[in-house]
Amino acid sequence: MLKIAVLGGRDTVMGFKALGLDVFPAGSAEEAKEAFRYLTKESEVEYAIIYVEENLARYLEHEISRYKDVPSPAIIFIPGREGPLGLGQSALKAAVEKAVGTDIL
Amino acid sequence: MPKTAVTPTRMVLNQLKGRLKTARRGHKLLKDKRDELMRQFMDVVRLNKELRRKVEEGMTGAFASLTVASTIMSPEMLEQALLHPRQSVELGMSFKNIMSVNVPVYSFRTKNNDPSEIYPYGFAQTSGELDDALEKLAKVFEDMLELAQVEKTMQLLAEEIEKTRRRVNALEYVMIPNFEESIRYISMKLEENESSTKVRLMKVKDMVLEKAHNFEY
Repeated sequence: MLKIAVLGGRDTVMGFKALGLDVFPAGSAEEAKEAFRYLTKESEVEYAIIYVEENLARYLEHEISRYKDVPSPAIIFIPGREGPLGLGQSALKAAVEKAVGTDIL
Repeated sequence: MPKTAVTPTRMVLNQLKGRLKTARRGHKLLKDKRDELMRQFMDVVRLNKELRRKVEEGMTGAFASLTVASTIMSPEMLEQALLHPRQSVELGMSFKNIMSVNVPVYSFRTKNNDPSEIYPYGFAQTSGELDDALEKLAKVFEDMLELAQVEKTMQLLAEEIEKTRRRVNALEYVMIPNFEESIRYISMKLEENESSTKVRLMKVKDMVLEKAHNFEY
């Protein structure tokens, strides 16, 4: 059975635990990288969706870009406690740019 | 001269004509594919934009409630309250085919159908704001799931569009002009050969006539 993971700061992921998602709190870049590697490679259960908090996603850009053109898992940015940082928007922009050739939004 | 070396023979000419025809047809088909992908992509982008706005707003709201809850309750109590979830989510994934791109379609099932099961704690020791935060979070989660699906679709489509566009351009600006060039080169070369053969024949004829009849112009 497939699972959903949330990777983010301790405060951010806490609420999602109650909803029944698998949460992976990470405070630093190293922890985030470690958790991300576990989620995508080492874990026994398959995670189809990985929500990554935006301020951690900054450290994981390289890893995340590798999963952009495979059907699964989907890696989605979510805003953290401080509100949206615009990383989700820029991901959308990047996709449009890739497809159209220029930024038309 | 064509960029690639071709032997100027009639057989190669025929082969090239066949390949040019295929390339033209492929170019037209791929162009249609690209246009349709682009149309679908723009729909998905629009949907994605809308969903992202909704999710970001919803999460901001939920986090605001959670912040309020954490000021009322001690961090230990808050953590304890949320530590053991009663709810768990199982995700199903199937694939949908959009113009030969496989995109995921998610369906999720919660273990407990009772919506109140998202509160994994007794109500006596926790604040109402926490309930509020979790309710908002549960609501925004449905949008989050759809966002995941739409965003992945968007990424995969973008990838495919890029690939298709490259192919279209390669056909239009490289392959087809190359073929045309080669065909022109071969037909010119063949014509040249033909006229030189004709001239040679005429010359030979003259020589033969001269020898036979001592004939001279």
